[in-house]
Formats: sequence, structure tokens, C-alpha cells
Amino acid sequence: MVTSTLERAAEATPPGAARRIKGLSDRAIAWIFVAPSIFLLLAVNIFPLIWTINLSFTNFKANRNREVEYIGLRNYERILTDADTWATMQATAHFLFWTIAVQVLIGFTLAYLINKKFKGNDMWTTIIVLPMMLSPAVVGNFWTFLYQPQIGLFNYVVAFFTGADASSFSMIGEVALAPWAIVIVDTWMWTPFVMLICLAGLRSIPESIYEAAECDRASKWRQFWTITIPMVLPFLMLAVLFRGIENFKMFDLVVQLTGGGPGNTTTLTSIDLKREAFEKWRTGYASAYAVILFVTVFGLASIYVKALNKVKER
Amino acid sequence: MTNFINGLLRLRRGPWEMVASILIALGVFMLMQPFALSLFTYSFLVTLVGTVMFIVVSHFPE
Repeated sequence: MVTSTLERAAEATPPGAARRIKGLSDRAIAWIFVAPSIFLLLAVNIFPLIWTINLSFTNFKANRNREVEYIGLRNYERILTDADTWATMQATAHFLFWTIAVQVLIGFTLAYLINKKFKGNDMWTTIIVLPMMLSPAVVGNFWTFLYQPQIGLFNYVVAFFTGADASSFSMIGEVALAPWAIVIVDTWMWTPFVMLICLAGLRSIPESIYEAAECDRASKWRQFWTITIPMVLPFLMLAVLFRGIENFKMFDLVVQLTGGGPGNTTTLTSIDLKREAFEKWRTGYASAYAVILFVTVFGLASIYVKALNKVKER
Repeated sequence: MTNFINGLLRLRRGPWEMVASILIALGVFMLMQPFALSLFTYSFLVTLVGTVMFIVVSHFPE
């Protein structure tokens, strides 16, 4: 006799448990299933957030066993009037803007090329996505060797194309070059990610739309601007959102590469935050710093998701 | 413009979300701009007002 999955599950349920479940409403059973996830979310995400907001109004230091005092908005006042923190924000803005702009440009171009059918297409895709599979700490470490003025391959490549002396500049040792050094490495590592998202977008466009455009004698250029770009736009925006949030939190790669130097030129907000929290042990101050960053990312993500939904509705 | 103001007066989601989005964008610009420290000082306040406003007005009717 053929029995359904539900019937078999009902037969397998012990009689005691079955009696208890029978007395519960569907809503109660749904809550029983959802409750562990909600509890985990509260414990891992919501409680630390509320605790951080609470600590941001105190002078708490995690390495001192002294009484904690509530100091109101003084931590926020200190952070928002500190010229060094302001410089850190500018370094982060430079990093964010250039990495996202270059990654979107190169990522989309690569996706467009890979989407064309040619021999070895799959092999090239695999080769291009290789950097993304590496650990950021490893990438940071080996790029420090590539950037070495005496033995680094990067300097020799630049010297070959520009004619400049290979040992005459140091990408991670000079104030003017270090911010660009971290942009180059992040672009090298994460452009494949943007490419993959764009490729998914390009492959989701039905061929029939292009065929209809061909029938209407639309040029390739017009097809690109009126079909390809509008249909890939939600995917591109998603890539920008992911990279934006990730790069706002960028830590490991830059720490390995420059350690925030020379001076503070590549000290991004996450590095500064870590120093305040775990080197200077100003826990209350670092909590206020974290709240400022959280509100900024949350606000940006909100308007971005709204824009993304509008583009999808079109 | 009249529609926008009417939407604001009738507490409609669209125009209010627009105002909140502008405030957030302005706050983030103030946070990261290299021109004036005073703008940086008030950036968090502007972003916070925009973000809270966005959360509240996203429950307004269309």
C-alpha cells in the first residue's frame, strides 16, 4: 500500500508526542519551529547591539576593574570633533569610492567579454575567479612582497611600462601611493565577485529580446544601452551594495598590507576602531564609534535597498 | 512639486522616504567630506535623524 510522507511521519511520531502536538494550534507549532532561530538571533545580534549602545554612553574600559560611569554623549562628542577620526573617514571614503568604481567597471567589462561564446570560456572564468578564493590575510602578505621596491614584481612591471627606476618608489611606504596600493589589491581580489554577479545578470537576459531588437534594426550600441544595461542594473546595484558594505568593514587585507600606514594614510575606520577597542582599551569610546558606523551603514543600505526595489519594479 | 508637498502634508510614504533618503545621503557626505570639521561634527546627527525617519515613514501608506 502506498502511503504519503505525511502519513508515514504521523505513524513514526511516538503516541505521547502526537497527543501533545494534537492539542496545539498551527500558530503554536509554527512558533516552536521558529523560536530557536529567533532566540539565536536575539542572543548573537540584537543583544550585543543593545549592549554596545548602552556601553557607548559609559567610560567603560574592558581591561580595568573599576566602577563604570555614565558620561552621556561625551564619547560621541569626542569622536565627532576629533581631526584624526575625520582623516580616517576620508581615507575610508577614498578606498570605498575607488574600489567600487573600478571593480564595477572592470567586473562588468570582464562579464560582458566572458558572456560571449568562445573557446576556453570556462577555463578563463575559473582563472579570473581564483583571487577571490584566497584568504585576505594571504593576499595581503604576498602583495607586500610584490610591492617591495627592490625585489617586487609590481615595481618592475611599472618600470617596464613607464621607464622609471623600479626601486625609486615604494607603493606601501609612500604617503601618496599607499592609498592606491590598497585600492589595487582589493580590486585585484574582488573584481571577480562583481564579474560573477554581472555574468548572472547578463545570462538572465532572454535571447529573444535581442532578436526582436535585431528585427527592429536596432544597432549593437543601442541594444547595449536599452536592453543590456537596464536589465543588468539590479545585479550591478546588488554588487555595489555587497562591495560597499564589505569595504566599509575592510580590515584584514589592509592590516596585512600596510598596517594602516605610512602614518595614518591607510587607517580605515575598522582598523581605527580595533585600535581604540583592543589596543587603547577605550571600550565605551569604541562602542560609540561602532554605533556611528552602524547607523551610517544601516542608513545607506536602507536607501540602497529602496532604490534596488524601484529598479526591479521597472 | 505640488504633489510632493501634498504627499508630505497627507503623510504619504513616497515623499517622506525621499526626505529621509536625502538626509541620510547628506549625513554620509558630511561624515566623509574633506572640507570642514564642523560638517563632520554634525554628520552623525543628520544621518541618525534620516535613518530613524526612514524606519518610521516606511510604515506610512503609499
